[in-house]
Amino acid sequence: MGHDHDHHHHDHDHEHEHGTVLSDVELRVRALESLLVEKGYVDPAALDILIETYETKVGPHNGAHVVAKAWSDPAYRDWLLKDATAAIQSLGYIGRQGEHMVAVENTATTHNMVVCTLCSCYPWPVLGLPPVWYKSAPYRSRAVIDPRGVLKDFGVTLPAEKQIKVWDSTAEIRYLVLPERPKGTEGWSEDRLAALVTRDSMIGTGLAKAPA
Amino acid sequence: MNGAADMGGVMGFGPVRHEGEDEPKFHAEWEKRALALTLAIGGTGQWNIDMSRSARESLPPQEYLSKTYYEIWIAGIEKLMVERGMVSKDEIEAGRLLAPPKQLPRILKAETVATVLAKGGPTERPSDVPARFRLGDRVRAKNMHPSGHTRLPRYVRGHVGTIELLHGVHVFPDTNAKGQGEQPQWLYTVRFAATELWGPDGDPTHSVSVDAWDSYLEPA
Repeated sequence: MGHDHDHHHHDHDHEHEHGTVLSDVELRVRALESLLVEKGYVDPAALDILIETYETKVGPHNGAHVVAKAWSDPAYRDWLLKDATAAIQSLGYIGRQGEHMVAVENTATTHNMVVCTLCSCYPWPVLGLPPVWYKSAPYRSRAVIDPRGVLKDFGVTLPAEKQIKVWDSTAEIRYLVLPERPKGTEGWSEDRLAALVTRDSMIGTGLAKAPA
Repeated sequence: MNGAADMGGVMGFGPVRHEGEDEPKFHAEWEKRALALTLAIGGTGQWNIDMSRSARESLPPQEYLSKTYYEIWIAGIEKLMVERGMVSKDEIEAGRLLAPPKQLPRILKAETVATVLAKGGPTERPSDVPARFRLGDRVRAKNMHPSGHTRLPRYVRGHVGTIELLHGVHVFPDTNAKGQGEQPQWLYTVRFAATELWGPDGDPTHSVSVDAWDSYLEPA
């Protein structure tokens, strides 16, 4: 999967009837869609709803809500670390690719990082669809053997003595990293805290943002 | 299977190229269609998630490594549909119907999408079988190389780790992928020291945890 985000295949482009240029893959997917609709196997309206769901509704803002709540509410944090599935469901984030959740907490001595070496397992209800790099060969191959090198690619350098725990999602358990709460945020509201929580900080390839 | 998908520890793919927090959710219109088609056609119930993963990872390595992720998904559903007689290769190439459709017991209708996504596909199954291992037990990941689907990555096989979490009894992918039933087993998280996995090249401050079913493990 050399170049996931390079979707242009200029050497095989075709001229579409309306004048736009479509790649082989675009043509193939369009043809497949029309075939499956013609066969009656897919409901075109269902396709639109699926796209809308993952484009606009589900995303890392859900996870940021979970993290900010855990930072502000010690009882919620304890629940999240004990039974993440229930604690996350209580905020309304449920379903596909988040059926069985585990939250892992970053501390002064331990940093957690999540990968799926075998495919692209990712906690959709809290983080949305995985970014391209998460599904890419460089990340999947290196996260388990050279996590400090991977972190360097993200501009993150951790103290040499910090323990790094990598979680390879090989089953249907989905992992959410609870990042360390940034210093200087005492007394902040949940909403303000949530704005500091990045997607990468919940995968473990980044840290939460420092207050501006 | 020992396919291209099992890439933990493989070297030479280069640095992780990321686009920052504002990476677009899709990089082309067709990627949206590919995602939606994969989820919608999966909603016909003609295969399970383990069969999907098996279809993707059994692509020839050169194909797997040269395709983008959504291209892999499309190749996967094409393969699954052809195997089940839902479409023919000729129809895929033609992009239109050449034979009557297969009668399917259900399709994913627009009005049920939200319910189906919310329900997901939990894999835990009720069971009164006691767990064979306890927290802290030392276990060895078996040295096994099945030709079919498995979720035990090659880089842990033969290595000794510690039981870190117990997850209950879950659907066993190796049989479920082959249509041999769920055959649920205890699922554990096993933590391996990087020095155990990678020898002297391993970082002593680093560990890797994998989720492993009971039959992947033996006492150590």
